[in-house]
Amino acid sequence: MFSLAPRSVLRQARTQFRLSQPTVVPQYSAIARLLSTLAVLEQRDGKLSVQSLATVAAGQKIGGSVTGLVAGSGAKAVAEAAAKVKGVEKIIYIENGAYDRGLPENWAPLLVENVKKGGFTHLIAAHGAFGKSLLPRVAALLDSQQISDVTGVESEDTFVRPIYAGNAILTVQSLDPIKILTVRGTAFPTPETEGGSAAVEEGVDPKVESPTEWLSEDLAKSDRPDLGSAERVVSGGRGLKSKEEFDRLIPPLADALGAAIGASRAAVDSGFADNSLQVGQTGKNVAPQLYLCAGISGAIQHLAGMKDSKVIAAINKDPEAPIFQVADVGLVGDLFEKVPELTEKLKAQ
Amino acid sequence: MSGLRILVPVKRVIDYAVKPRVNRAQTAIETANVKHSMNPFDELSIEEAVRLRERKVPVEEIVAFTAGPAKAQDILRTAMAMGADRGIHVQIDESNNKDSSPAALEPLGVAKLLKKVVEEQKSNLVILGKQAIDDDAGQTGQMLAGLMGWAQATQASKVEIEGDTVTVTKEVDGGVEKVRAKLPMVITTDLRLNEPRYASLPNIMKAKKKPLEKRSLADFGDVDVAPRLRTVRVTEPPPRKGGVKVEDVDGMIAKLKELGAL
Repeated sequence: MFSLAPRSVLRQARTQFRLSQPTVVPQYSAIARLLSTLAVLEQRDGKLSVQSLATVAAGQKIGGSVTGLVAGSGAKAVAEAAAKVKGVEKIIYIENGAYDRGLPENWAPLLVENVKKGGFTHLIAAHGAFGKSLLPRVAALLDSQQISDVTGVESEDTFVRPIYAGNAILTVQSLDPIKILTVRGTAFPTPETEGGSAAVEEGVDPKVESPTEWLSEDLAKSDRPDLGSAERVVSGGRGLKSKEEFDRLIPPLADALGAAIGASRAAVDSGFADNSLQVGQTGKNVAPQLYLCAGISGAIQHLAGMKDSKVIAAINKDPEAPIFQVADVGLVGDLFEKVPELTEKLKAQ
Repeated sequence: MSGLRILVPVKRVIDYAVKPRVNRAQTAIETANVKHSMNPFDELSIEEAVRLRERKVPVEEIVAFTAGPAKAQDILRTAMAMGADRGIHVQIDESNNKDSSPAALEPLGVAKLLKKVVEEQKSNLVILGKQAIDDDAGQTGQMLAGLMGWAQATQASKVEIEGDTVTVTKEVDGGVEKVRAKLPMVITTDLRLNEPRYASLPNIMKAKKKPLEKRSLADFGDVDVAPRLRTVRVTEPPPRKGGVKVEDVDGMIAKLKELGAL
């Protein structure tokens, strides 16, 4: 009987139910099955972040309606663009420059208020620096145990995520009335950004002041594809021996392939490459079509960040290096000879 | 301001160099007879607290805290050998909790417990690791900050304190960002923050004499640490198909083409 009613009526019914019983929402009642997801969409200078669109895909897998949320200066204009994303039913926007810097201290109350007002059963953000910093704070305020870095959705309350640096896969069922998830961007397809027609409306703004003040940022500038979403990644490790060699060998190979550049922790710690390029448990997770690495032994912390790549190719002089156990194509040899040769031959094609 | 009262929560985890194995019943990771040590990010937290003191920032006290089985005391001793003044151990009997792997306590429960500890110890700075390398959740610090209503700075690669003003450089996607807040606050550490020291033998001996307070969950009143998540199963990740080794660069290009990667 419920399923025949128009959605807006359902929402109203649920909201009223919530208000009358603010503390306990029965887990398996018909009410709990009316799923609705709030997806946090990130924007920067008026542009939607591609990775945060994974939240929409995850929301669709959960079932029920998906509402996107954008906040900051120019949020209304971004909302109009986000309304075209396929799979989104509604976009709520909060036009307030106080949210431009993504400070969790004022973003958390913002999300809490909008989740409560909309009666959402699920809140999802991308598992990037912003979502990782913000969502646990929201979860604590909503008294919900967040599930981080979700790579699969089994049902509305059961989710899959890697633990122990990807050495084990945990399937976990949440008993919380509001499920809070950060999702891995590479594990969900990016929805089409044209063709949708979501309603756009203004969200609530609790206007809580942040005790933290944003001072400055220093982002590595690059014309290359973004590491997190690149189709191809070329990665270098300790075997490159110096920053000069890294810069001499890796960028030309990346350019020949139109690839993003990555690095192992050893290479980053030794100063060969910038921190933001680190791939692994404590760096970025990538899952490109091709992951080509040179001078990387393949420590478990590194494998955690790249072993979902479609094809892995490795060049290493040590035939026993663990990287060869996961590489689809392995070449044992001196990278100082092989990498330039590979670059030349790729360019010649 | 009288000085910093720093709380450093630490966690005992399977050593980072050990390859974890899923148990036969697919309910958890095998932890029996496996080497454990302090979560690497927590070593950075202790180190940072000690360095603040060495940089002449007025530090009144550095308290290391852990919640876990009896053996977790070992890592509190390590923390004290690195420079923490005393330790608090809340013993959690994990045998009651066999299937809530990978940890008996979930981050939300830990955060609630830490809130009580912070209030009791009158801490004004809490430094935690950005994530534990077993559950890879990365939540506890932010949850604590939320529960306390404090400022937070996650993935810190630099911490500067002057008076009660804290300036933190944070690792974010694509670079770094700098934020400033007043104490009290919660900071979580990133790998770039510092290089943790080794505990020297004399300091290990001295740490044995430092006070280690044993507490139970009941001491903290009605703190709700009931698990909210139920482990359905734990499995090995799908193995990658055995690859091939090629003789030369031409072989590599040919093979990549065959696989459709070029």
